Amino acid sequence: MSVAILYALTGAGLFVIGLHALILRAHLLRKILGFNVMGSGVFLVLAALARRTPSGIPDPVPQAMVITGIVVAIAATALALSLMLRVAAVTGRAELGAAGACHEDGDTEQGERP
Amino acid sequence: MITEPWIPLLVVASSLVPGLLIFGLAESRVRLRTTLNLSGAILKLILVGIMLWGVAQGREYEVRLAFLPGLDLALRAGPLALLFLVLSSLLWLVTTIYAIGYLEGAPHRSRFFGFFSLCVTATVGIAMAADLLTFLLFYELLTLATYPLVVHRGTEIARRAGQIYLAFTIGGGALLLLGIIWLYTLTGTLVFSPGGFVATLDPLHRPALVLIFVCLIAGLGVKAALLPFHAWLPRAMVAPAPVSALLHAVAVVKAGAFGIVRVVYEVFGVEFATELGVTAPLALLAAATIIYGSVRALFQDDLKRRLAFSTVSQVSYIILGVAIASPIATVGGLVHLVHQGLMKITLFFSAGNLAETLGIHKVSEMNGVGRRMPWTMVAFTIAAFGMIGAPPVAGFITKWYLGLGALDAGQHWVLLVLAASSLLNAAYFLPILHAAWFRDPPTHWPQERDFGRRETARALLWPPLITATAALLAGLLAAAPFSPLEWGHLIAAREFIGP
Amino acid sequence: MMADNALIAPILIPLLGALLAFLLRRWARPIGLLTMLMLVIALAGLVPGLLETGSRALAIGGWDAPLGVGLRLDGLSLAMLLMTAAVGLAISLYSAVYFSGQPRLVASFWPLWLLLLTGLNALFLATDIFNLYVTLEILGLAAVALAALAGGAEALVAAMRYLLVSLLGSLAYLLGVALLYHAYGTVDLILLSERIAPAPAAWAALGLMSAGLLLKTALFPLHFWLPAAHASAAAPVSALLSALVVKGSFYLLLRLWLELFGGLAGVASILFGLLGAAAVLWGSLQALIQSRLKLLIAYSTVAQIGYLFLAFPLAIGAATTAWTGALYLAVSHGLAKAAMFLAAGNLLRFGGHDRIADLDRVVQRLPLSIAAFALAGVSIMGLPPSGGFIGKWLLLEAALDQGQWGWAIVILLGGVLAATYVFKVLGYAFTQSEHPHQAKPVPALMEWVAFGLAVAAVLLGLIVAPLLALLGLGDPFGAHPMAARP
Repeated sequence: MSVAILYALTGAGLFVIGLHALILRAHLLRKILGFNVMGSGVFLVLAALARRTPSGIPDPVPQAMVITGIVVAIAATALALSLMLRVAAVTGRAELGAAGACHEDGDTEQGERP
Repeated sequence: MITEPWIPLLVVASSLVPGLLIFGLAESRVRLRTTLNLSGAILKLILVGIMLWGVAQGREYEVRLAFLPGLDLALRAGPLALLFLVLSSLLWLVTTIYAIGYLEGAPHRSRFFGFFSLCVTATVGIAMAADLLTFLLFYELLTLATYPLVVHRGTEIARRAGQIYLAFTIGGGALLLLGIIWLYTLTGTLVFSPGGFVATLDPLHRPALVLIFVCLIAGLGVKAALLPFHAWLPRAMVAPAPVSALLHAVAVVKAGAFGIVRVVYEVFGVEFATELGVTAPLALLAAATIIYGSVRALFQDDLKRRLAFSTVSQVSYIILGVAIASPIATVGGLVHLVHQGLMKITLFFSAGNLAETLGIHKVSEMNGVGRRMPWTMVAFTIAAFGMIGAPPVAGFITKWYLGLGALDAGQHWVLLVLAASSLLNAAYFLPILHAAWFRDPPTHWPQERDFGRRETARALLWPPLITATAALLAGLLAAAPFSPLEWGHLIAAREFIGP
Repeated sequence: MMADNALIAPILIPLLGALLAFLLRRWARPIGLLTMLMLVIALAGLVPGLLETGSRALAIGGWDAPLGVGLRLDGLSLAMLLMTAAVGLAISLYSAVYFSGQPRLVASFWPLWLLLLTGLNALFLATDIFNLYVTLEILGLAAVALAALAGGAEALVAAMRYLLVSLLGSLAYLLGVALLYHAYGTVDLILLSERIAPAPAAWAALGLMSAGLLLKTALFPLHFWLPAAHASAAAPVSALLSALVVKGSFYLLLRLWLELFGGLAGVASILFGLLGAAAVLWGSLQALIQSRLKLLIAYSTVAQIGYLFLAFPLAIGAATTAWTGALYLAVSHGLAKAAMFLAAGNLLRFGGHDRIADLDRVVQRLPLSIAAFALAGVSIMGLPPSGGFIGKWLLLEAALDQGQWGWAIVILLGGVLAATYVFKVLGYAFTQSEHPHQAKPVPALMEWVAFGLAVAAVLLGLIVAPLLALLGLGDPFGAHPMAARP
């Protein structure tokens, strides 16, 4: 049990560290990495809790959840990375604050740019 | 006895359907549009006539539709509803004719007449609403349908006037909604009934009832231009003259005043309202509005603004009559609903004629206009004398009954208000009449249009003459059957004194 | 309840459509339209059976909880499904014209849009909180990709922020799922509702899951990402984001509240209400000061989301009235907001800009789109007869019945503010602009679709009794397992 709790606490720690990066880091790549660290934290919690059964045989359900979660995280990371590249290509910087200059421009219909 | 549910429905449809069809018409389909407008108006008048006869025989017409659980939408035509129905359907026909003449050749007429028809639809709905919820529905429809008419000209001033109109009416609508739902959570019903339906509530709820009354009257008072909610009305004068007629005589301010009549008599019941102590402040507020409107009217040089402040003052006669809480004053208030409509619409038609024909917008430009446009000014003069309260025009009947009612109820101060207001009315109308008839005309009118031998277009001349005659007849034949006065007696007798 | 294979249709149809549209890029548009049509037919087929039984359930492949994937349909989920289908059909028709001539966008839009529908429909039907996480992610990722479609710096940055926010929300939710599974040994909603009890694990899960979902629903002050994302997307995407996607996470929160947390968390309910009230006022005021139409509409969404959360405190004393009111608002907001964004898309295409002060007599030049905006506005401000009016009426009734004045005043004030910003737009639709623009033609179908949606939002206010009966099927608002316990 104590090992499981240690794992779970480590997972929670990773979640907080990732959250910190996701919110406070400016560069998009760091944010995306932060998200991945957060995800690992959650998966660690799930995997740790899988040891919970009294018989000692690991519970398969959380394991299945972790696998599904990893698939989702990969898809999300892929989308995030490609989006980041396009942001960098259009604005010249891989950061979120870059759109300010275009904010007041209501002149072109979005979606119909050449 | 309740019969023929399709008639109230048709009365609503007779303007709703033409209105919706007109929206779809191309601008150039003048003849079809005119036909739709006039046939709808005439059909409505016929249907209202049938119901008038039926109600006089003791029938009632009702139609209902399931809405929220425990709450139906219902239209019912009883004597009180018909008073407003006859007025609005008659004046709608006249105003339609006038508007067709007034807007000849102007742009965006399909839009104009479409919303015009929606306004009247809302007004007849308000007249026939059998409960507060149905009333609210048509009341808000009226707000929405009048807005495009107020901003019709599309100028910056018109847009501002529209925003102010909305700020007042939407705010009023929210108060009305609050009052209605609050009332519903206390009573579980919203159906208008003679003598009201709140008197049987636990006395514990009386403070709440006072506040509900305040909410409802404030919500309705906005449209009725009751002090201090009147500021939108003079600004809305930027709209074309037929719209002013609609706002001041047919629909908007009348809807507010009519709603106050419903609330005092058929929600609270006049006896219970007096017991609650809410009628006396209402009477005071109405009196204050009467004096205030008249005083402000005195100082307006713009003719339509002067008439607008006159409306502020005159509509409160209706509310005063209601709030004095005597049967005779009730009759005075109710007939004024009709009388004010007839007289005020005549004044606005005449003012519109002056603006359209000679380009006159100001009182100071009216010197000698009686010689150039005698018929228009005859109509104007009759209506103005009516407003002052000179016999035999209809306005005299109103003031007579209001005065008698005030004596009856022992509220002598009302006589002072009536006298002061009559003096003020004379002070702001008589100089106009004097200038128009007895001063020499200028060599040039501000912007004259030529109509050959006639003083102005036929469609513009007949409507004020018809309504002026009606105002005269309503006073002369006040004792005849089906006159507004007789009908007022009928309502007072049937609904308020004893069912 | 009865086992029922037809329940999987609303998920399977758009999923197959999405795959086909992705594989056969050149046929993406006809495939998309056909899929949408079949989805509507399938949903219509579900209604009669539900009317008989009240609620229907399916364990996919015969595996029951706790192992299998369970689906359940009741009045609440059916209402959301039907609203999604109606708005979805309109958006599909609109997009069929809107994107024409841009094959690259056509090929990207349809698979993503059908995938989004798959996620949304699955979200409304799923009964276990882990599968709900998966649907939430499908929904979020598809939505972000769609938001990025418009291209351009503004849209891309907004989409990026949207993605990060969405992922953060999902992870918080997932951590809550892990805690619940740890404490109660199941992820099935129904089993959980029987087992859950006031304990630190339950409270932590409540906090994490609520925070995640509130972030995705954009409840004030977590709305910061929404206006830019919704306003900078292409018109049909703006419509589906505002009308449908935020409703997905709201629905999930509502479900959790009804099944799990409702009895646990009176304080959280009141907090939600307070944030909702702040959203109503702040969102409306922000909408009022916007100079661009699409941003105004997006801030209006922030305000309207606030209304949905006013039901949480009100439901403590008047559950059915308050929840029905909120749901009625959610459905009518879906129709009305979609209509508004589509109408705004028409105005944008017509004038080439969406500056409110320069609308330049569109009331005459584009009357159908302005009518759509105005009618949708009637529902948004909650004037009768409209769906929005019924929703506000029910909420007000719940508030005044309990003598809770504060909420009632917020509801009314929000309506007045909504009227102010709607009519701000309508006023400028009448006036002439000082900077006239070249006017481009707008296809008639795009105008009629927006108009049709707006009319539907108004009609919702006239067919109240059957809709209320439908919402009550399976008694979704009566199930308060915790409330019954001491």
